[in-house]
Amino acid sequence: MSMVQESGCRPIQPNNARIEEHPCYSEGASHRYARMHLPVAPACNMQCRYCNRKFDCSNESRPGVVSGVLNPDQAVKRAWEARQRLPHLRVIGFAGPGDPLANRERVFATCKPLRSSFPDWHLCLSTNGLCLPESVNAILDHGIRHVTITLNALDPEVGAAIYSWIFWNKKRRRGVEAAHILLEQQLAGLSALLARGVLVKINSVLIPGVNDRQIPEINRLVSEAGVFSHNVMPLISAPEHGTYYGVMGIPGPNETQLQQVREQCGGAAKLMTHCRQCRADAVGLLEQDRQAELNRSPVEGSRVIPIHRPTRRDPVASPPSPVVLAVASQSGERVDTHFGHAEFFRIYRVTGAQIEHLGERFVPRYCQGDDQCEDKDHTLQSVLNLLNDCQGVICARIGFVPWQELLERGIEPVNSHADRPVVEALSHTARLLQDKHTIPTPKVAAAGMKGRG
Amino acid sequence: MIALIITAECIACWACEPICPNAAIRVKNEVFRIDKKSCTRCEGYGDLPQCVEICPVEGAIIDDEGTAMNPPGSLTGIPPREPLPA
Repeated sequence: MSMVQESGCRPIQPNNARIEEHPCYSEGASHRYARMHLPVAPACNMQCRYCNRKFDCSNESRPGVVSGVLNPDQAVKRAWEARQRLPHLRVIGFAGPGDPLANRERVFATCKPLRSSFPDWHLCLSTNGLCLPESVNAILDHGIRHVTITLNALDPEVGAAIYSWIFWNKKRRRGVEAAHILLEQQLAGLSALLARGVLVKINSVLIPGVNDRQIPEINRLVSEAGVFSHNVMPLISAPEHGTYYGVMGIPGPNETQLQQVREQCGGAAKLMTHCRQCRADAVGLLEQDRQAELNRSPVEGSRVIPIHRPTRRDPVASPPSPVVLAVASQSGERVDTHFGHAEFFRIYRVTGAQIEHLGERFVPRYCQGDDQCEDKDHTLQSVLNLLNDCQGVICARIGFVPWQELLERGIEPVNSHADRPVVEALSHTARLLQDKHTIPTPKVAAAGMKGRG
Repeated sequence: MIALIITAECIACWACEPICPNAAIRVKNEVFRIDKKSCTRCEGYGDLPQCVEICPVEGAIIDDEGTAMNPPGSLTGIPPREPLPA
């Protein structure tokens, strides 16, 4: 790869530092150098079937504990904080939770101050490639020298089975048309990056029965093009992720299937096998993620928006302590009511297998379904006040704002039992909350989150 | 043209805000709404309103009659649930 003079004042760093200090490009570096993903990119310009936009991308960022979206100022502060605690921090990555190039202004506004404060850090981003060709100059201008493109199919017919839609030229486009446009953009972006001396990694999500045969072909093509490495990642798919593949019961590959496909990749592009499928807000060494610890202290003035709901931890044996839960159920038999439409909540105390009905609490409805409701927030706060002693609220559905507010108050919103029997939802939720409280988990919020007027 | 409405399903992903040709998307404390006076439903701009074209969440944008512009199942391909019992 030739040295390319960049448009700014500094010459490109020598390739060896770019490789040897980047944990995704060198397995050796993954033991020595830390990386930090800054979640400044919430928007996306397409829908992959392994991703649920209501949470976070389950492949590019492992689903799990709470994460948040930061604005550029907050992200820069977080990077300064991390630098104090992680002397080996060398890499700042932009990986979502949406697509960094669908959030160009936010990403580049974060790059600028970081680049001038920490010239020896490596900036990198990971993209679906849809907006790549027109972003190449800006990527170079902002000092980004590592780009990962997710490329799952070369055949648009296969692509059509992986992508639900793309937003392109004022329209949502679907099927083969969408997959074809995406592929053209990805390949044009890839050659432009390589021509400018950017280190490119290709990620491919192995979806058994969908793109198994595409992956060796991708490997051949990208090897010839001069891509640095090819990361064949297993599809992560579970019903609770709410992704198309998860809900439709299309499982990820087992170890044998993954190995088989990796063995079929005989191209010159090195297969990356030490990938940990990091979260969009991962921090620390690849082996030893510290995002829970480092993302806990809120940046001054930041309002961290939770994207993930906390997931269930491994159960730990302990005597059951009572859990108080509110249920939005009109019938009392099934979880049948939207949080915002509930006229009352049924309150229960669950101790082990024992369920006690404590009564009903009547609340004002806050969701009037229009944007004219001036005192919406005030009404929501009074609903939340009524539920303050509950550890969880079970409802059929819930909006994003009340969901955030509940989390901020330490109340777990539960919408995974829609239309299921109330009793079942109660026992399951009580177990989940007990497990969660047995092992200390990072608290979502803190003072910094109380911003809502 | 009567303005569209953003519901509580909105995930605050910011995708719609920069592409609205009328700058009608207003954001306060990460809560998104459409300004009634500015929204033209993109008449004369695109076939469909731009926010509707890019929004990733079914039911997050409705018209004045409460009809979801992106109905259940239309974006994720996941078949919608049976309607809840009354």
